[in-house]
Amino acid sequence: MHERPLSPHLSIYRFMYTMALSILHRITGVWMAFGLCALVYWLMSAAAGEAQYGRATVLLGSAPARIVLLLWLAAFCYHFANGLRHLAWDAGLGLERRAARLSGRIVLALALLAFLGTAYLLFCPRAGFA
Amino acid sequence: MVEFTLPKNSRPDPGAGRHYAAPGGAVRPRTFRVYRFDPASGARPRVDSYELDMASCGPMVLDALLKIKNEIDPTLSLRRSCREGICGSCAMNINGVNTLACTQSCAELGGGEVRIYPLPHLPVVKDLVADLGNFYAQYAAVKPWLQARTPVSPDRERLQSKEDQEKIDRPSACILCACCSTSCPSYWWNGDRYLGPAALLAAYRWIVDSRDEATGERLDALNDPFRLYRCHTIMNCTEACPKDLNPARAIADIKRLMLERQH
Repeated sequence: MHERPLSPHLSIYRFMYTMALSILHRITGVWMAFGLCALVYWLMSAAAGEAQYGRATVLLGSAPARIVLLLWLAAFCYHFANGLRHLAWDAGLGLERRAARLSGRIVLALALLAFLGTAYLLFCPRAGFA
Repeated sequence: MVEFTLPKNSRPDPGAGRHYAAPGGAVRPRTFRVYRFDPASGARPRVDSYELDMASCGPMVLDALLKIKNEIDPTLSLRRSCREGICGSCAMNINGVNTLACTQSCAELGGGEVRIYPLPHLPVVKDLVADLGNFYAQYAAVKPWLQARTPVSPDRERLQSKEDQEKIDRPSACILCACCSTSCPSYWWNGDRYLGPAALLAAYRWIVDSRDEATGERLDALNDPFRLYRCHTIMNCTEACPKDLNPARAIADIKRLMLERQH
């Protein structure tokens, strides 16, 4: 008798909405933890004085930084919306198969809307705070 | 432990798969790709493909597998018994989703090839037969029997209201096929310490049983970062259950009961 092989798992399981949304929640969470470092850097620069704050503002306002900031924004929008879904689940709501499928779609739509709306306000000169 | 790739000895050998062509004059040929592992040879697993004529084959995936075993390749091993979705023996991964081969119709899989693998992330005994030893041990670990200390006279039953019975109606319908537990990524990575949806559904069935008097002890036994709380509500279990049960809800309810008793 030879050693038993492990049956295939991730490589053969259908990538369903369930696990897709779940792993996306985990990825956006980890990604936002990095974002927190950037936020702390920005706040510390503000405490450090005008010169440092000015430098940080230029750095965070550069084109590559803006792209990263957009990615953080997208992560936040999704993580927030899906977090509400998890709160509902923890309260015992929406755990049926059909409800979970529907809420998954709603979360994606909400996250996309929130992201596009906020990004528009942030980056279109005349629209919002930019 | 999270390990995305299979150990070397477990990766199907792409060059080793055998092909069995459809019989001449096949009316509706369809290809079934089936995972094979032979413990006697020690060779790496392989994926064989069998072309069947669906015109002379029963409607279910189990019918196709038995046709392969009876008419083409008698070395194919699989578990099956009732062929009507109540024994749970023929649970396997069909086109990427865990289900029972006997209740999965080939037609509902759409067109194209049918891919059949053993239940995911388990040691393979042979072909589609996976080792469920750990799964059964976890079921035993939740003490799936009535624990009551209040004596009842031998000529009386332990009565329960219709409403109380309804709470355990659905969870009692679990056939322990392991489709749910082996669909759960959390169970893949931590199956040695996380009990998994099937065992937790069984635990829930006894926790909410109005006649059981060990509710506190049962919750104590589950109050562990791994045994219960490795559930991250991924919902693969509920999606996979061939009996339409809802292990995800049972686990969420256990978590809530855990919180409620702290107040």
